[in-house]
Amino acid sequence: MNITLVLFLIVVGITLVITGWAARRTRTTVQFWAAGRGIKGWQNGLAIAGDYMSAASFLGIAGLIAFNGYDGFMYSVGWLVAYLTVLFLIAEPMRNTGKYTLADVLSYRMSPIPVRSAAAFSTVAVSASYMMAQMIGAGSLIKILIPSLDTTLKPWFNWTILGTKLDPSITLVGVLMMIYVIAGGMVATTWVQIVKAVMLMGGAILLSFLVLLHFGFNLGGFFNAIAGVKDSKTGLNFTQPGILYTYGKTQVWGVDKALLENVSLGMALILGTAGLPHILMRFFTVPDAKAARQSVAWAMGLIGSFYIMTTFLGFGAATLVGKSNICATVAPKCTPNSNLAAPRLAEYLGNSFFGTGGGEFLLAFIAAVAFATILAVVAGLTLAASGAFSHDFYVNVIRTHLLHGHVSEREQVLVARITAALVGLLSIWLAARVGATANAAALVAGVAFVIASAANLPAILFTLFWKRFNTWGAVASLVGGSLVTIWLVAIGPGWSAPRPGWAPNRSLRRDPVSTRGERPAPLPYIFLVSQRDLVGLIALDVACLLAAAMMLRAWRRRRTRPPLVAAIFVVVLAAVATVLVLLGVTYSLVVGPTFIVALLVIMYTARYERRVTQR
Amino acid sequence: MRFVLPATVFFLVYYFLLPLLNGLAPELMRTDVVGHVNIAYLFALSQFFVAWVLAWFYIRRANSLFDRLAATVRERAARGRRPAE
Repeated sequence: MNITLVLFLIVVGITLVITGWAARRTRTTVQFWAAGRGIKGWQNGLAIAGDYMSAASFLGIAGLIAFNGYDGFMYSVGWLVAYLTVLFLIAEPMRNTGKYTLADVLSYRMSPIPVRSAAAFSTVAVSASYMMAQMIGAGSLIKILIPSLDTTLKPWFNWTILGTKLDPSITLVGVLMMIYVIAGGMVATTWVQIVKAVMLMGGAILLSFLVLLHFGFNLGGFFNAIAGVKDSKTGLNFTQPGILYTYGKTQVWGVDKALLENVSLGMALILGTAGLPHILMRFFTVPDAKAARQSVAWAMGLIGSFYIMTTFLGFGAATLVGKSNICATVAPKCTPNSNLAAPRLAEYLGNSFFGTGGGEFLLAFIAAVAFATILAVVAGLTLAASGAFSHDFYVNVIRTHLLHGHVSEREQVLVARITAALVGLLSIWLAARVGATANAAALVAGVAFVIASAANLPAILFTLFWKRFNTWGAVASLVGGSLVTIWLVAIGPGWSAPRPGWAPNRSLRRDPVSTRGERPAPLPYIFLVSQRDLVGLIALDVACLLAAAMMLRAWRRRRTRPPLVAAIFVVVLAAVATVLVLLGVTYSLVVGPTFIVALLVIMYTARYERRVTQR
Repeated sequence: MRFVLPATVFFLVYYFLLPLLNGLAPELMRTDVVGHVNIAYLFALSQFFVAWVLAWFYIRRANSLFDRLAATVRERAARGRRPAE
């Protein structure tokens, strides 16, 4: 039995013991969702850090720095500074107004049915995409770090469901996460996160210490070594910005593309963190606002020092191991994999300080840490997603407000457990379906941050700080933000489509802006609209006309102006969309905003109508 | 709000200055200060300390001032309700 497997089993064992202990403390809803509000400030701080520092940030950032030098560090900076938004604007008001979920805060002074449904939708969208990213990452990591586990599990999880073959590593992560959440609820999740945070900090401190020891604690010497590493493409050394973000190369609408990318990354991190439902949920576990404040302070201390250490890990891997030696398979053929920077560094340091056995042990230790990291994060996400579904949608919208029933504690907890199981099963299946590619993982994680910043944050901030903010504003923010983001990502570069122009493969990739300039004059282009686009366009027009007809009917019946205006607006919108597509704008670029704007206009009108008839 | 708003504006400006300077004045940011430690790295590192200092200021203020204000409000609300009971 090899050492990786032993350490891995120890991690699983510890977490299962915690879960068993927590299960006895999880009977009521407040225990299941908020750990009975009995988590102390510093404990919650550790748990927030544990919830937040995902495998993507541990292995991913170390890898980015090891491969791109300074520019990878930009991620670290954003990830910490984001917590100022949380501390200043979110943490305490959330604790004071909310009960278990984001929707509790939003529906505090608004009409509950639409706001809760919308918040549940955006929460599920964020959690699902973030969870998929984590699960996909888990799958590919376990395959590389603990290959023996994958092969051991294979005969057990050899199922095919709905045409998708389950991935053994992903399934294992999913099953463990389901056990934590279903049995132990928030108590187990919190303690798993605390254990993981301690392990992660321990691992990072150990590796940083060894890196510095290697350089004799001479920071000048360390930086000289880093500056000695040169990027082959740009010729810059690794302490200089501009390797990942190649400034001054391409322009988009007159602005430097790399600059735009960098700034938008910062915006997604800073504004997105404060809208991540699994982070927000943590603030409901503490007894009061003061403890919420304290927990952010603890989290900031931990997260900040951790991300400073990522530079030691990343730069250490760049100088000691070298980019060309960080690969999934060791000789003869090396396929570079940036996620392995930290594990390979651990192996190298172990070998050089403690002999051959040391390398194997440290590698195994880092693999176990990465595994614990993934488990803790996905457990938090499952809890957030099932909270949105069972607490917001089932208990509040359907049972309380639509059916006007009373929901017993037992039923609430039971439904919560069932939804957690469903969320777990669905994410196992989806992650296996999307497939274990690192590219997909990074992309889906990005989606989560963008939806959180575009949909959740405006809704929360306006609810807390704007007196005249109302129900439909919140719905528009939540639904509009999520839909626009999903649509933009679906048509954006990097998503599956192997079309020229957007292909992820660099050799196929062409700048879409420049090819557009070479197009023939608009009119002949009509004949280039593909048949599929034409069918889609007709469907969109029919839908818009139907909506307009409905609005006209309402206008004829009531003789109020808004439906008429809405009808005209929708028709004009459809016409504009048609013209744009015929002029050669890609169909997928047009359909999203048309659909979303039409939906919002109709929703607004319907709400106005209801108010008029109620009067 | 007297502290939170300016502090928020400050940290947003300070944070976005980093990518902007990296993109607009790369040569300046690549200048070495001590050995091979350049301005870009020091600026990025300073973000961490600025974040910590701001957080510390906020928490100190909140622990003393905001909590006292909140307690006053709560007390007043409690006193206001008593005659009605």
